Amino acid sequence: MGAAILLVLVIVALAAPLLAPHGPEEIDATRVLAGPSAAHPFGSDALGRDVLSRVLFAFRASLGVAVGSVLLSLLAGVPIGLVAGFRGGRIDGLLMRPLDLLLALPALLLAISLIAILGEGSLVVLVAIAIIYLPIIARVMRASALVVRERPYVTASRSRGVTGRRVMTRHVLPNAAGPVLVQATVLMGFAIQVEAALSFLGLGAQPPTPSLGLMLLDGYQVLRQAWWVDVFPGLAIAITVVAFMLLGDGLRRRYDPAGVAE
Amino acid sequence: MNPRTRFVLRRLALLVPSLLALSIFVFALIRLVPGDPARTMLGFRATPEAVATVRSDLRLDESLPAQYLHWLGGLVQGDLGRDYISGDSVGHLIGQKLPVTLELVVGAMALAVLVGVPLGVLAVSGARWTRHLTQGFVVAGIAVPDFWLGTLLVLLFAATLNWLPPSGWVGLAEDPVGNLRYIALPVLTLAIGEAAYILRTTRSAMLDTLGEPYITFLRARGVRERSILFRHALRNAAVPIVTVVGIQFGVLLGGAIVVETIFGLPGLGRLVVTAINQRDYTVVQGGVLVIAAIFVVVNLLTDLAYGLLDPRVEEGRTGRPSARRPSSRARAACACTARSARAAGSWAPRSCSCW
Repeated sequence: MGAAILLVLVIVALAAPLLAPHGPEEIDATRVLAGPSAAHPFGSDALGRDVLSRVLFAFRASLGVAVGSVLLSLLAGVPIGLVAGFRGGRIDGLLMRPLDLLLALPALLLAISLIAILGEGSLVVLVAIAIIYLPIIARVMRASALVVRERPYVTASRSRGVTGRRVMTRHVLPNAAGPVLVQATVLMGFAIQVEAALSFLGLGAQPPTPSLGLMLLDGYQVLRQAWWVDVFPGLAIAITVVAFMLLGDGLRRRYDPAGVAE
Repeated sequence: MNPRTRFVLRRLALLVPSLLALSIFVFALIRLVPGDPARTMLGFRATPEAVATVRSDLRLDESLPAQYLHWLGGLVQGDLGRDYISGDSVGHLIGQKLPVTLELVVGAMALAVLVGVPLGVLAVSGARWTRHLTQGFVVAGIAVPDFWLGTLLVLLFAATLNWLPPSGWVGLAEDPVGNLRYIALPVLTLAIGEAAYILRTTRSAMLDTLGEPYITFLRARGVRERSILFRHALRNAAVPIVTVVGIQFGVLLGGAIVVETIFGLPGLGRLVVTAINQRDYTVVQGGVLVIAAIFVVVNLLTDLAYGLLDPRVEEGRTGRPSARRPSSRARAACACTARSARAAGSWAPRSCSCW
């Protein structure tokens, strides 16, 4: 179910230029805050721009930031967690303690702090989200590697003289990746929420870059006159998060029945 | 030294490195800003004298360890620095904003617990339709971002029904009724998402607990279902619920930043966001430090609560907060049943011997 919804959403995001009935920045002064109609199914905003077209383009951008940030955190978190879990001991402490410190801050506050240093913008938001998810991914990978390294086939490989690095990459990583995959899927949904929240605060995407958070900010300012400017971008976020959650649940049943990602 | 005192002291000792690491991170905030932090804070129109004053105040010409020690020394004495835009002390500014944020976060958490826990119990004990309804609530509560939920609540309660004001603020001491009217929608906005998490955790913990043998014995003894649910099962499901409340408190502190902006509340989160937009780094530094310190202390209190709820955590016998301890009445019931069974020469439940 989650995979099907997500597949549709990804197709919609990729085909946004083909599907959008109007340009996202196309201003029509005669249609300021006009309600939903056949020509503009989601209505138009305070500048007369088509809300549907803007939602499609903003969704594409927000999904890109969410997927990019989680891939970045996987790129850094998986090797750290794998080595920490497989090697254990001092190496484990050395790798994991600094990451644990990142967990000492509320996620959104950490993202905001990083933006305070690096400045606003979509790329900075992508990096900030990747950093706040890095300790989560690394922890799940570590926990999973700790379980897999005790399996008989790992012991057998090591007793046959296979090098630690090869055991890690050939045996531990493929068998320990399931919970990380589950966690990454769920995090992608939440990354869309974080990206939107930061853009809503004016710390993420900057106009004219389309963003669901910026659209919600615009919608909030005209809420009393035109509910549709606010409601449709919000629905897009909620549906995407539900799709990722459902997909995460499905993947959990298949790849993480022991609940390591929990 | 008894195990409880040892446990509390060990947790308090862990607080020190956490706070020190936090102070280093917050100290680095200003120092990691690209370029000259003093120039960035004051803007490019600032006079060289003003820039020199800020550089001297922050001791930016000294070595980093010397700057840190000086800053930490001030911090220990309650000096969070000066706001270079308003000229006020950062400590004073935060002191004005903090009560608003705390009222919002504590109110939202209290409401979330009051709604989430009973609904979680209902999710395992109620009719089929209540289970579906609570499941829907969990999915919606988690998926809907709180800042969007806030705007929907404004649309319903302020714009359509005209029951509550859409934004604004009046202090609790100044006008308690007015305060309640202004805080109601922000609290509701934050509480709905949190209640969904608490409901999910309560449901999951209750399902685990209700599968335990002592629950079967209580049912066999004819104890009322309501009593089994609330007096025995819920008490033993409390550890994971307390865990999620502790973790979610930090999430609420983060969420408060957005909700304060939507509802125009003069809280700490809004202060930090405004300060970032104005490149007012000393205020950002102070605000981040205070919010993070609250989070660290709440985590400590959560850890201490485990000890109270499950003595095995204190004694270091289990690292798992989900370990359960049957209530005294349940243990008595099982012991009684086990004794009777043994006396009759029949099977006695093995799990009783573990208690």
